[in-house]
Amino acid sequence: MFLKRYLIPRLIQYVLVIVLGITAVFFIPRLLPNDPVLRTIAEMRARGAYLEPGAMDKIISDLQQMYGLEGSLWDQYLAFWGRLFRGDLGVSFFQFPTPVIDLIMTALPWTAGLLLTTTILGWVIGNLIGGFAGYYSNKQWSRVLDAIAMVVRPLPYYIFAFALLLIFAYYLRWFPISGGARLGMRPSWSWPFIQSVLWHSFLPAMSILILSAAVWFQTMKLVVQNVNAESFVTYAKLSGVKEGRIVSRYVIRNALLPQITGLGLSLGLIFSGALITEIVYSYPGLGTLLYNAIINGDYNLIMGITVFSILAITTSVLIVDLIYPLFDPRIRYM
Amino acid sequence: MKNNTILRTERLHAHYILDVYGKAKVIKAVNDVDLAIQEDEIYGIAGESGCGKSTLLKALAAAVEPPLRIISGRVTYRIAGAEVDVSTLTQEEKRKLRMEYIAYVPQGSMSVLNPVSRIRDTYRDFIESHISVHQKGEAFALAKEHLTELGLPVKILDAYPHQLSGGMRQRVTIALATLLKPRIIIGDEPTTALDVVVQRGVVQLLKDVQAKLKNTIVLVTHDMGVHANIADRIGIMYAGKIVEEAPTEKIFSAPTHPYTHYLINSLPKFGDKSPRESVPGSPPSLANLPTGCPFHPRCPHVMDICKQEMPGYTQVASNHKVACWLVGEGTHGKAA
Amino acid sequence: MKLFRDLLRDYRFAFAFGVLCILVAFALLSFFSPYDPSRWGQVPRDLRPSAQHWLGTDSNGQDIFWTATFAVRNSLIIAVIAGVVSRIIAVIVGMVAGYKGGTWDRVLMFFSDSLLVIPLFLIIVMMAMLIRASLNLVTLGLLLAFFGWAWDARLIRSQILSLREREFTQTAILSGASTFKLVINEYMPYTTPLIFSTLINNMAWAIGLEITLAILGLLDLATPTLGTMLYWAINYQAILLGRWWWVMTPITLSVALFIALYWLSVSISEYLDPRTRVQRVGAG
Ligand SMILES: Nc1ncnc2c1ncn2[C@@H]1O[C@H](COP(=O)(O)OP(=O)(O)O)[C@@H](O)[C@H]1O
Ligand code: SF4
Ligand SMILES: [Mg+2]
Repeated sequence: MFLKRYLIPRLIQYVLVIVLGITAVFFIPRLLPNDPVLRTIAEMRARGAYLEPGAMDKIISDLQQMYGLEGSLWDQYLAFWGRLFRGDLGVSFFQFPTPVIDLIMTALPWTAGLLLTTTILGWVIGNLIGGFAGYYSNKQWSRVLDAIAMVVRPLPYYIFAFALLLIFAYYLRWFPISGGARLGMRPSWSWPFIQSVLWHSFLPAMSILILSAAVWFQTMKLVVQNVNAESFVTYAKLSGVKEGRIVSRYVIRNALLPQITGLGLSLGLIFSGALITEIVYSYPGLGTLLYNAIINGDYNLIMGITVFSILAITTSVLIVDLIYPLFDPRIRYM
Repeated sequence: MKNNTILRTERLHAHYILDVYGKAKVIKAVNDVDLAIQEDEIYGIAGESGCGKSTLLKALAAAVEPPLRIISGRVTYRIAGAEVDVSTLTQEEKRKLRMEYIAYVPQGSMSVLNPVSRIRDTYRDFIESHISVHQKGEAFALAKEHLTELGLPVKILDAYPHQLSGGMRQRVTIALATLLKPRIIIGDEPTTALDVVVQRGVVQLLKDVQAKLKNTIVLVTHDMGVHANIADRIGIMYAGKIVEEAPTEKIFSAPTHPYTHYLINSLPKFGDKSPRESVPGSPPSLANLPTGCPFHPRCPHVMDICKQEMPGYTQVASNHKVACWLVGEGTHGKAA
Repeated sequence: MKLFRDLLRDYRFAFAFGVLCILVAFALLSFFSPYDPSRWGQVPRDLRPSAQHWLGTDSNGQDIFWTATFAVRNSLIIAVIAGVVSRIIAVIVGMVAGYKGGTWDRVLMFFSDSLLVIPLFLIIVMMAMLIRASLNLVTLGLLLAFFGWAWDARLIRSQILSLREREFTQTAILSGASTFKLVINEYMPYTTPLIFSTLINNMAWAIGLEITLAILGLLDLATPTLGTMLYWAINYQAILLGRWWWVMTPITLSVALFIALYWLSVSISEYLDPRTRVQRVGAG
């Protein structure tokens, strides 16, 4: 039952969403009037004088190959998938001839490091505080926290990130204005490098952490208040179960269930938010890579980042979905 | 006569006080209720949905939390021969009394047991909150023994609540309530939402438990059939008030309040296929009670005085009291 | 009207509604602007706020106060187009999925679930890049509408499902009412408040995305919006050069707008959902 009603539909959805998303990425440029490939080739030709002739030809042939300017649309589509399976996302137009996948792989550890830590920390902190605030929702401190969250929560990532940057980097000068580590330092597992990374990523991390914790705080508080009104909690209270047990084994454990699902659903949003954060802080991850790609009109790189993100996010959502039954026996023993 | 009253309320008023965007809204769910429930008695409380039965039970269970508040009156337990006003008890004292002295049986709905715990763990939470357990398996052993005693299958301890039927969930709640042999058990609609056959089994289980423990059961249900089956005495509740109270046979043989008539007539009668009579109109809003007798907008016998003044209680027999102008002024004086 | 008066008693609603009214009035001022918003160099550059230029001027030679009135107006227009069009999609998808059930439900919910897990932001960036030249207020609004309906369609669907359980549907079906009439007469009154509160959330989302796309330089930068104002301020290093009046204007306006929209939606959904309303009950 569990297999048939939970696991298999989810795996099918996972595969279908990836196919759908990547198909959209493939077809969007073809359906829109402004074909980026043709435009880029034209731009390349115009600039041809500044490039060595060999590179120029290579770019154009790569573009033609990548977009399969020969053959039917269907052939091109299949060829596109074929390359994807080999992990080939083409080459960057503007950092020629670096393969897009290499650029992504260089930026990825920065983004993954920043995002994984802040996403998990924000979730844990927000749920922890929100859980207590929900259980003690009549207390003064709970109302104060709620009021703070009411102001912080609607702020968009970039404005919040920008404000932190202004206050702590420009005026107070406690933290660096940009970058992922001190310039000229080579990535290594040495203490000075790690220290520099931590110091540089503190503000971007804080901006994501505070905002996502505020979101989790608010939803958790509401969920806890609702669970608190459920009959199994009332029943346990009327049976004199000790408060500590009620909070931990009844309220929090049940309130976490929708939060686990929510974590999966919000990954996409957090991911987009983090990209903006990176741009504001010039942090050397995927966000900054994306920004440069946009500025340079490096369509191939943007497409690569998009394809990569589709895979990364749907996979993370799938992982959350697979973990969920461990916490909910109603799914495990359907 | 020896004083056998174990659970008593005196002129109890309990209201929900809601703050709807700065405007106070008062829901008068319990109004001027006097109860004297005896030891070794099954006391039934009947009335339409929304008349304040569950609220009264909360007050009886000393589980009054905002927005519900006791406006006036009191609730007393007799513990070891002494009357104790529950409002003088501390939270921890009240917590200890639960299950050991007064236990609660909820409606066995889907969400009455912690959905993420096995029944075994619920047993453990309940047991370990009340008796100090020294060995690891002790609570489990106790649970097993107790279920066997009640004739319930031991293997349900390994189940999750969603794997049990409604009837089985209800039996689990009754089993849990009797675990520590409390003097009082209060049940809120424990038979509602069960089909008739299962209902009969649950009623029988409650009866057996009471016969064995010789304790007091306060049972709320809107189903007069269940009351006829199990209760020794019945209080009829309307708009937060007990409008009639008598031993079960008197309620059914000599109902006096017009509302009680309706409740009894709404019961299906064996062999009688004529359509059942239900109470005309709808129950009043407890936030906005009618003046005088709250039943007057629906009462076929309404008189002028009913619209202006609330009737007091009249003792129509030694243990039968009614609040209705049809039977007299009332000896209790005019109620608020 | 009673609903409105009830809501006004919530301080958050009252505040948010007031702020929103001021912002709308501010946007309407644009119709009296002495300057053409699309022309640069109409006033001296980089002046501090003064009696003549209330909020100063920018490096493009535009008066910041009057540009801001256009910016708020245009951002609101985008938000309204995105919000209203995506509401139409969400209502249709949600109602068909909830009412028809079966295959319809599965297919439609597959699409909306897919939109929820795909990094929409990147897809929108990709599309914005491709059609940058033809992106005006309307096309941007439509682009955002096309991607912004998924979550709300789900909400509407689950509300329809719970309404279907209720008795009136049964009687209406028995009495032979047509589906369309049934939906309009029986469901609309219940779903309207939900549609309204999701509309507000969606508008906030659209404005946020507009600003993001503008900061990335993906919009028509000659049309003043909250986003393009911020773009130019960042582009000309207004912070480093100490031109706070230039940066702070779009930031203050958008923060006020976001907080107002958010508080409005929280207040309305709390009013609609009794489960959260009961929690407002005071102990005193
Ligand atoms: N937690 C609560 N907050 C506000 N009003 C409540 C609450 N619980 C019950 N009420 C109201 O009190 C009245 C009596 O409810 P209740 O005691 O549950 O009636 P019954 O159990 O007889 O159906 C109803 O009008 C109900 O709406
Ligand atoms: S007091 Fe009057 S209105 Fe009330 S039940 Fe008796 S006759 Fe009817
Ligand atoms: Mg009840």
